[in-house]
Amino acid sequence: MDANKIIDVKNLIKKFGDFIAVDDISFSVEKGEIFAFLGPNGAGKSTTIKMLTTLLTSTSGNISINGHDPEVEPDLVRRMFGIVFQDTSLDDELTAWENMEFHGVLYDVPKKLRRERIQSLMQFVELWDRKDSLVKEFSGGMKRRLEIARGLLHHPKIIFLDEPTLGLDPQTRNHMWEYLKDLNKKEGTTIFFTTHYMEEADRIADKIAIIDHGKIIASGNSSELKKDTNTETLEDAFLFLTGNVIREETATSVDHMRTNRRMWRR
Amino acid sequence: MKIYILWLRQIKRYLRSKSRILGSLAQPLLFLLAMGYGFGSVFQKAGQGNYVNFLAPGIIGMSIIFTSVFTGIEIIWDRQFGFLKEMMVAPMSRLNIMIGRTMGGATVATMQGIIVLLLSMLFGFHPYSFIGVLFTIPVMFLVALLFTALGTMIASLLDDMQGFQLIMNFLIMPLFFLSGALFPLEGLPKVMSIITKIDPLSYGVDAFRYLLINVSHYGIGLDITVLSIITGFFLLLGGYFFKKIQI
Repeated sequence: MDANKIIDVKNLIKKFGDFIAVDDISFSVEKGEIFAFLGPNGAGKSTTIKMLTTLLTSTSGNISINGHDPEVEPDLVRRMFGIVFQDTSLDDELTAWENMEFHGVLYDVPKKLRRERIQSLMQFVELWDRKDSLVKEFSGGMKRRLEIARGLLHHPKIIFLDEPTLGLDPQTRNHMWEYLKDLNKKEGTTIFFTTHYMEEADRIADKIAIIDHGKIIASGNSSELKKDTNTETLEDAFLFLTGNVIREETATSVDHMRTNRRMWRR
Repeated sequence: MKIYILWLRQIKRYLRSKSRILGSLAQPLLFLLAMGYGFGSVFQKAGQGNYVNFLAPGIIGMSIIFTSVFTGIEIIWDRQFGFLKEMMVAPMSRLNIMIGRTMGGATVATMQGIIVLLLSMLFGFHPYSFIGVLFTIPVMFLVALLFTALGTMIASLLDDMQGFQLIMNFLIMPLFFLSGALFPLEGLPKVMSIITKIDPLSYGVDAFRYLLINVSHYGIGLDITVLSIITGFFLLLGGYFFKKIQI
C-alpha cells in the first residue's frame, strides 16, 4: 500500500436491494490533497461518503482510511476524520457552545485544550458572541458555520464536507474556504468535499473525480478534465460527461417527515 | 464521561422544554382526579378503601411508561434532525451510545414520576411511610429503564414517526390499561389475570403500591426480580437493534 494515500478505495460496491448505488469504484486521495467529489444528484456521492465514514457498510470492496478499514476498526477511523453533513446534524435544543462541548467530549479532547479550541473556532466562524444561544434560533448559514467549527474541533487528519457551502452567501463561502485552505496548508489536513458549484471545485480542488450512476467516469485535475473533454470550463466538462438529463431523487421517509413537521409549525 | 455527556444532554433537553413537562403532567392528573374522585365512592362501597390512594401508584406508573417509551422513541427525532449522525460518527461504541441515551431517558421519566407523586400528594394521596417514598425512587428508575429500553428497541426498528400511533395504540395503551394501574388484581377473570401477569408494568405498579401504600399482590421480591430480568433482557435486545441502525 502506498503510504501517501490517506484514502484508498478499491472495487467498492454498495447495493440497496436490486439498486446498485455505488458500482465498483476505485480511487485514492493523497495526504494533504484537496479532493472534490462531483456528480449529479443521486449519483452515489453521499452513499460513498457514508461508507468512508463508518455510517454504512459496503456490499463488497476495500476501503482504507490512513491504513485502516472502517468496517474493521471503526473507532480508530472515526478519530481520524471530521465531517460536515449535507443536512444539519446539530442539536437544536442545545446552545452553540454545548454542541461544541458535546463533540469535544465524544472525541476525547482534554478539557483545557477543548475550551481553548472551542473559543478560537467559534471566534473564527464569528459565533462566539452567540455561544449561549440555542441552535434553533440560528439561521441556516450560522448553523453551517457552527458545524464546520465543530467538525474541526478534534483536529482531524481528513475533513469530509458534503455540500458544505449549500445556502451560504459568497462572503461566508469565501471566508470558510480561506480557513480550510489555510488549515490544509498549515496542518496538512486532507479535504474531501462534494459540491454542485463547479467554479468552487475548479478554484479549490487539487484533484477532481466525477461520479455518475454509481461509477467514476472521470478523474484528474481541472485542466486535465477540461482538456480531455475539449471544453472551456469545468461546468461544461461536467455537463459533457454527465449529460443534460435532470435527475430525480426519490424522497425518503425522512423528507416526508420534514414536510409534515413544516406543516405543524405553521 | 462520554456516557455522562449523553445523559446530560437528555436532562438539559427535558428541563428546557417546559411545555413538554406541563403537557405530560396533564394526562396523569386528569386520570387521578376524574377517576380517583369519580369512582371513589363506588370503590369505597365495594369495601376496597380509598380509591385515590389505590390509584396514585398506578398513575405514577402511567406517567413513567409514557415518558420513558417516548424518550426511547425520540431516537427517531434524532435521526430526523441529523443529530444521530453526529453520535454515530463519534469514536464511541454503539452500545455506549445506547446506554447513555437510555440512562438519560430513564432519569427524565423518573423525574416525571417524582413530580406526579408529589402532585398527587397535593390532591389527597397519603403514602404509608416516608421511607417507602424514598425507596420508590430507585424502583421508578428500574421501571423507567425497562420502558426506555423498549422505546429504543422500537425506534431502532422504525424508520419514521408514521408507526408511532400504531405503537401507542397497540402496545403502550394496552400495557397501561392491563397493568392493574386502575383496578385491583384480585378476583379477575382467568384470561385477564393471565394477561396482567405477562404485562411488565403490572409488576412495577405492584411494587409502587407495596412501597407507597403497603399493599401488594405479587410481593415486592417477585416484583423486583421480574422487573430486573425484563429490563436486562430489553437492554440487551435494544442494544442489539440499535447496533444494526444504518443511516
